[in-house]
Amino acid sequence: MNRLNVNLPGLQMKNPIIPASGCFGFGKEYAKWYDLSVLGGVTIKAATLEGRFGNPTPRVAETESGMLNAIGLQNPGVKKIMEQEIPELEPYHIPILANIAGSTEEEYIEVTKQISSHPLVSAVELNISCPNVKEGGIQFGTDYKSAASLTRKVKAASSKPVYVKLSPNVANIVEMALAVEEAGADGLSMINTLIGMKLDWKTGTPILANKTGGLSGPAIKPVAIRMIYEVSSKVSLPIIGMGGVSCAEDVIEMMSAGASAVAVGTANFVNPYVCPEIIEKLPALLDDIGIDQISELTGRSTVKWKTPLSSR
Amino acid sequence: MKKHLLTVVSNKEIAHRIFELKLSGPGVKMMVTPGQFLHVKVGEHTSKLLRRPLSICDVNLEKEEVTLLYRAQGEGTIQLSEKQSGEKVDVLGPLGNGFTSETINLGKRALLVGGGIGVPPLYYLGKKMTDKGIKVSFVLGFQSKKDSFYLERFQELGETRVTTIDGSLGINGFVTDAMGPLLEDEPSIYSVGPAVMLKAVEEKAAGLDGYLSLEERMGCGIGACFACVCPTDTRESGYVKICSDGPVFKMGEVVL
Repeated sequence: MNRLNVNLPGLQMKNPIIPASGCFGFGKEYAKWYDLSVLGGVTIKAATLEGRFGNPTPRVAETESGMLNAIGLQNPGVKKIMEQEIPELEPYHIPILANIAGSTEEEYIEVTKQISSHPLVSAVELNISCPNVKEGGIQFGTDYKSAASLTRKVKAASSKPVYVKLSPNVANIVEMALAVEEAGADGLSMINTLIGMKLDWKTGTPILANKTGGLSGPAIKPVAIRMIYEVSSKVSLPIIGMGGVSCAEDVIEMMSAGASAVAVGTANFVNPYVCPEIIEKLPALLDDIGIDQISELTGRSTVKWKTPLSSR
Repeated sequence: MKKHLLTVVSNKEIAHRIFELKLSGPGVKMMVTPGQFLHVKVGEHTSKLLRRPLSICDVNLEKEEVTLLYRAQGEGTIQLSEKQSGEKVDVLGPLGNGFTSETINLGKRALLVGGGIGVPPLYYLGKKMTDKGIKVSFVLGFQSKKDSFYLERFQELGETRVTTIDGSLGINGFVTDAMGPLLEDEPSIYSVGPAVMLKAVEEKAAGLDGYLSLEERMGCGIGACFACVCPTDTRESGYVKICSDGPVFKMGEVVL
């Protein structure tokens, strides 16, 4: 029996650990450090229809227990990703979650059609939450009607299950989750980064060339946990949880909040071996808390503690 | 590529806020190429998550000892400066493409130009070149006399001219103000420092061959996060990643 095994739409995984989009390149960079076949799956960097150079540098700034990034969806375009990047992952036999972004509905639909047709792509992650480009989908991610409309169209264009990656930069995350569920999403990824800013105190000017960036890292984990908890108690879609996860204990916490799988982002930069180290440690933690199968953790907290959060 | 837990041999201030950190351990034997860097974790339990890319200043393969010089100016590097002998430091590396032997063997004479905390890798590079019988000279630029370091060691390797912006040591001005006479025998150029300095060096040395090593804020250090890109006209992609394609590039290869 594989006690770490989890099954989500399109993603049959031997464990719940997936590197998060944008934090793992297209996978090959980390393949120099370890055998990627140990992972539950992999999320590749966002694809847009044409190649994008992204934002000027500096693109990263460190903050307390976190970091700001404003990469700006740099990627070589969907065609090159399909021809040159995805095939490099074939030897590892792990599910591939392809993140897609765009600035118009038409672009999202076209990228989805193309990338979901790739035989190695297991599912699509619809990025409507990148805070770092003017027209990078965030306009779809902050208005629930636009989010639902886009989800419906992308779902129709996709030959693989569609996960919608939600932005935390909204007034009501539950409303957004309900809207995309109603529109036919197969799952949710949450959360993307929180918009933040850092100034150089000597000059009073922003560190990032883009001025603002997306905050990630352990600093945002409590926000992710709260949002996953809230959404999972109202929505029946499986959730890929993410936001500041950096150790096996965090994975258990996030699954208890309601996630069915967990993506690891910024922690890969701190320790390139973090994903295999987490996977290795999980069985001992399950023993500690008397859990046989890791999927039993999902929503453990909502089962135990049915009272809804007072803030909603 | 590898992660190592190295032991602090010494960690001392050698100029204003400039620290010399010597680390030892078996991983050091991989550090044979000047211009490569180590991605250094400043502490175990710290809110400073990201690693600091520090270039290799010197390596003693027999003693398995690597020297890094860094400026303790932010909270993270200040934490690093508090590490005591015997403590462990978690490093990834060596990372990046440094000055390979092919890069080094451009000619019989080389001019190495460094600015501020870009100076350290030139020491290891200068040593390797001297070993190969290449005649090296240096132009080292600092803000002020109090910020300067390693001058005697550089002088042991070759003619060393120093510039300071406030004129407190050597020539008053920028590195380009001291390069002139050293360009006469048409040396190959090797330069490390901020982009604005590299651009000036490239213009000053127009017509000569050489290599530049770029500095940038980095995330992962291994080519995955796309934080440290630099535009280029010479590759189809239109960019290079400083951490994994560089940090060393041929002069003229990247748009500074």
